[in-house]
Formats: sequence, structure tokens, C-alpha cells
Amino acid sequence: MATRIVMEALSPTMEEGRLVEWKKQEGDKVNVGDVLAEVETDKAVMELVARAGGTLLKQLVPAGATVPVSQPVGWIGSPGESVDGAEVGRPGGQEAGKSGGMAARAPRSSADRPTPTPPSIPAPHPPGRVRASPLARRMAAEQGVDLTTVQGSGPEGRIVRRDLRDGMERRAPERGADAGAGYEDIPLTQIRKTIAKRLSQSIGPIPTFYLTCEVDMERAAEAREALNTAAGDPGRISFNDIVLKAVASALRQHPACNAWWQDDRIRLWHEVHLGMAVAVPDGLITPVIRNADQRSLREIASMTRDLAGRARERKLTPEEYTGSTFSVSNLGMFDIEHFTAVINPPEAGILAVGSIVPVPAVVNGQVVARRRMRMTMSCDHRVIDGATGARFLQTLKLMLENPLAMVW
Amino acid sequence: MTVITYRDALNHALREEMQRDDRVFLMGEEVGEYDGAYKVSRGLLKEFGPKRVVDTPIAELGFAGIGVGASLVGLRPVIEMMTWNFALLAIDEIVNAAAKLRYMSGGQLGCPVVFRGPSGAALQLGAQHSQAFESWYAHVPGLKVICPGTPADAKGLLKSAIRDDDPIVFMEGEMLYNTKGEVPEEEVLVPIGKAEVKREGSDVTLICHGKMVGVALKAAEELAGEQIAAEVVDLRTIRPLDVEAILASVTKTNRCVVVEEGWPFAGVGAQVVDTIQREAFDSLDAPILRVTNADVPMPYNRALERAAKPDPGKVVAAARKVLYQ
Repeated sequence: MATRIVMEALSPTMEEGRLVEWKKQEGDKVNVGDVLAEVETDKAVMELVARAGGTLLKQLVPAGATVPVSQPVGWIGSPGESVDGAEVGRPGGQEAGKSGGMAARAPRSSADRPTPTPPSIPAPHPPGRVRASPLARRMAAEQGVDLTTVQGSGPEGRIVRRDLRDGMERRAPERGADAGAGYEDIPLTQIRKTIAKRLSQSIGPIPTFYLTCEVDMERAAEAREALNTAAGDPGRISFNDIVLKAVASALRQHPACNAWWQDDRIRLWHEVHLGMAVAVPDGLITPVIRNADQRSLREIASMTRDLAGRARERKLTPEEYTGSTFSVSNLGMFDIEHFTAVINPPEAGILAVGSIVPVPAVVNGQVVARRRMRMTMSCDHRVIDGATGARFLQTLKLMLENPLAMVW
Repeated sequence: MTVITYRDALNHALREEMQRDDRVFLMGEEVGEYDGAYKVSRGLLKEFGPKRVVDTPIAELGFAGIGVGASLVGLRPVIEMMTWNFALLAIDEIVNAAAKLRYMSGGQLGCPVVFRGPSGAALQLGAQHSQAFESWYAHVPGLKVICPGTPADAKGLLKSAIRDDDPIVFMEGEMLYNTKGEVPEEEVLVPIGKAEVKREGSDVTLICHGKMVGVALKAAEELAGEQIAAEVVDLRTIRPLDVEAILASVTKTNRCVVVEEGWPFAGVGAQVVDTIQREAFDSLDAPILRVTNADVPMPYNRALERAAKPDPGKVVAAARKVLYQ
């Protein structure tokens, strides 16, 4: 009646795990969901949790041992229940050679292992047959849930009703998404879950970090003056319009920054809906430029004028200030050179735009005055990593410094 | 409702049926002068006389045969076996005669006989006197097998059994005779072949019969303390089996433990599990577990006997197991 504890695939690419530390000792009482041990995967130190309740009867491997995925590491059962040697030594579902089960090796540092590239979709199950109860299979079929995306909580990872119920709630919006919705839900990988958990513990519920870069706005200014001269007053565009257009275009190339944090998954938006922070007499509101990436600079300019005007008059409809996928806040008109903006959840990023000021810059070996602008992106680290945000800013800078890149 | 013992409930059923129908008579070892080995027939000899309450020699095959013969010529015999362990001597009459006569006569003969007595283990009666044989008789087409677990069911089912036109194997519990329960004062005929939900629950189904009804109810009580709502389904009749009631509960809870007093191999629970896996496969969220007597002759030693028998603790453990807890 005892249940075998196996090394689980705690990351999508994990082939083996190093059992760092047992959190339960032989003889300890164990409930379903209790952390049995810490396991170092190819990416992080993860928790191996109990899939069955009872007493930890046996630890089959010592702390420090490296064990292939699906190999047994221990037994849970009733107190005093004997787990005979032959049974203990039986290899797991997927045999890894004729090791007789254990295959515990001397600990290695994770450094000598190659770092695999993270796949976009995690695989909660190791390859092979999905373990699921007949009821879970029926429910999954009825609800159109792919069982390979569900993490089972039964013995040896069997998917049971409770897993699917949870999963169902999670998946409900996703099913709507299939029918041409403008986004894609990405289940969280183990590494993302760890990042989310650890960083939230560190700074607030939204672990934010900031990236700042300075942009040379000479060419953008020249282009703006030329366009405004040609178009005259009705079609005037502002620097902010140019920034919005550039942000929308850059987001198109960096969907990872055009995303929502959804607690158990990340929603990558295929559409770009730009929130634009507007100061109103008693606060601030963020009207949304829908599908900003598909609009011309002139359209954006006229929309921002209209939205900002009506925002100040409090005449926006709720649809006009909800649903943004990324936001821009500009305090340049108040002579703020640099600031950080607060993320508007569930969005994963916001760009804070400072004023354009002439500063000495080196151009072709000469110190000259250039109109420069500093912008700072606040990133939700659960969604956006440093390099991800930096690459987005690089693209944005390229577009602002070379306005033609926006239509490139 | 009055609260009476299981023993008196059976006694009342016998008396009422004997008053109602003068074809009904009781026969067996010590049923008359001694008022029955377990006092189930107390007062019946006095009330109905020696022609209807017949003491027999210790000859189970012989008086079982008399019962079959009497039923063929129009009487309604109730044959008391002092225990079902002793009925092994009479099994030829039960299986080869009673169970076959309607079939082999092409429906011309009926055999409305009731064989009744205590089944299963009591306390330290040793290997030969501590056996539960319901799965043996339930194996045989032509027999109906009834195992009441409460005084009300004992009374209502014995009355139905006596009025039934087919041979009945009616298994009581020695340890149940002294248990008390509410019994309706008015006449109630509990239908043969109908299970009853003795306690409602949504998390796990405990299927039981006879003496195990009390065990399952105690287990359910204990599980309730752990926020587990167990549903107790009392089969009451083993054959014909109330498949509908079993499936109704299991499709609701998705998890099941079958409890019985007999041995595990080819037991009643094996039949129940077979039915569930076939008829309710897509409703199962966990394998079904069984709690049975240990697969050994019953030990005489008190501690070993306790270890061999099913008890509420074993049922609770099995329920947790099917709930993956």
C-alpha cells in the first residue's frame, strides 16, 4: 500500500535532479502537498512535494545525490509498514538503465551542465503516457482540456478530479481565446514560477525593476518640425505621439513585454493597446489607444488629443480606459528629466518618459549640443527579465533615433 | 418507532408472519423448548405449538431437506441453522435442491423456503465457527441472499423473505442480536434487492452489508472529523444486487471502499468492484479499495483475531487512501 516517491520533472527540460536536502525525515508524518525535499533542477532549486499522505518510510537516496527523473527516491506509507528491498529497488515508470532503481551519483555542480534554452511551453509530464483517472479523462474530454498540460496531484502524478477542477478555472478564459482572441496564454514554467515567488517576497507583490536609457531626439525633432510645417495646425504631432508610435511598433517586435501577469500564467497579447497616463484635476487616468501598432502617427496624434481632452472633461467611457497591454507616462512637459512610473497591473511594463533637453554630446568626435531624452521602463520581473526589457528598449531607442525604423 | 434489539426484531417478524399465514413454520436445533440458541424464537413454541415450532436432531442436511420438501407441497418453512458454519452440512439441499427446483421443473415447482441463522465471526469462536459465507451462496443462481445490518432491516426483510416464493439465504449476525435500533411499529416489508443509503456523503462511498454496516458508520463518523463526507451504502441484499444504488453513489463520490466480513478472494466486494468498474468506469477518480477479513482461517488468539477482522480504523485508512490523503 506504500506509495513510491519519484524524482519528478520539476522543469520542462529536467532530466535529472540533485536532491539538495530532505525536508522530511524517515518516520515523519507527511500530508499531501508537504515539501519532502529540495531538488536542484537544471534551472533552480525546486520543491519535491508529497503526492500521498502518510509517513515517510524510507529515504532511498542521501542528500546530494543526483537522480534521473522518474527514479524512486523514497517511500510513503503507513507507520510500521515494511517496504521490502526488492520492491524498493524496482525502477520507475521510465527506466534509466538497469541501475536497479537508484542511480544515485556523486553530486555535481550545476555549472558543468549545459543550460538548455527554455521552451515556450512547459511540459508538466515527462514524455510517455499521461496518468489520469478515468473521471479526469472524461472531464478533460468534455471540457476540451489537454491533459498533457495538467499537473497531476495523485500518486505518481496521476491527474485526478481536483487537478482538473483547478485547471478548469484556469483554462476557462483560454478557451475563449482560441476563437481569434488577441492574445495567447502561456502556462508558467517552473523557472517563471520561482522567479515570481522569490521576487515577490523580495519587493512587494509586483517585483519591479527599472531600466533607463537616453535617446537622442534630434532626428525625431527634425522630422516632427518638418511634418508639422507641412500639415499645419490640424495635424500637429507631439513628441509624445512619436514616443507612443515608437513604443507600439517596438512592442510588436517584443511581445514578451506586451503581456499581462495572470497569477498562474502569462498572457502574451497579439494586439497592442497602449495606455497613456493623463493627469486629470483630481488624479490620473490612462485612456487606451487600441491597436496602436496598426495606426499611423497622425491617427495616434488625433486620438491622443481626443482622449486626453475627454479624459480631463471626465467624458471617457470605461472601454476607453481599460484593457491596455502596456502603458506610457510622460512628465516631460513638466521638465522632469527622469522618473520611474508605477506599473498598472496586470500589465508587465510601463515606460516613464522625461523631458527633452539639450545636452552636450559627442558626435563625430565633436562635442555638440543635442536634444536628448531619458526614458525608464518599469518591468514586472515575473514576466520580463532584465535582458528582455533591455532588448525592447534598444529597439525603441533605434526607432526614436531613426524614425524611419518605425516603418521599417 | 420503538427501540428493540435485532434479536427481538427477528422474533417479531417470525411471530407476525406465523400469525398471518398458518403455512409458515419454524424448524431447527433447539428452536422450541430452548427458545432458540440465540433466543430468536423465544415464546414461539408456547404460542404456536410443536407442529409449527419443531425441534430437530443435530442433522442439518436432514432438516434442510425436510424444509425443501415441505415448501414443495405448499408450506412456507423457516429453517434455522444454529450458525451458517453448521449449514455447510446442509449445503447440498440448499444449492442442489432448493436453488435448482424451479429451473429444473421448468417453472412447475416453487421452493419458498427461508434458511436463516447467524453468519460471520463473533468473539474467539475459532476458525471453524467464525466464517462469513454470503459470497458462497450469492454465487448460486436461484438463491436470494439477504444480510440485514439493523433491527428494522432484520424485521422488514425477514417478513419479505418469508412471503417470497423463492429460496432465501438469510444471514444474521451473532454480534448483532443484542444491538438495538428503531423499528417501525406498523408493518413494513423491506423490499428484497434494495440497498439503502445509511448516511449521505459526497467524498467517498463506503459499501457494506450485515455487521459491517455498523463498522462503516463508525468509520464515516471518524472521517467526518477530518472533513471527509463518507456515504454509507448498505446493500442489505447481496443477491439480487442493487446495482442502481451502488452506481448512484459512486457516480456522485467518484471514490469507493467496499467493506465485508468475509475473505477477500472472490468475495462480495469483488463482485461490487467488477460492477462499478464496468458500469461507472468514467466516474472513478481512484482505484476502489476493499476492506475484508484477513485471508486466513480466523485465529483463536484474541489479538490476532482482532487484527484479522475489518474494523472502523481499517475502513478509515482505506477511505483516506482512495482520497489520496
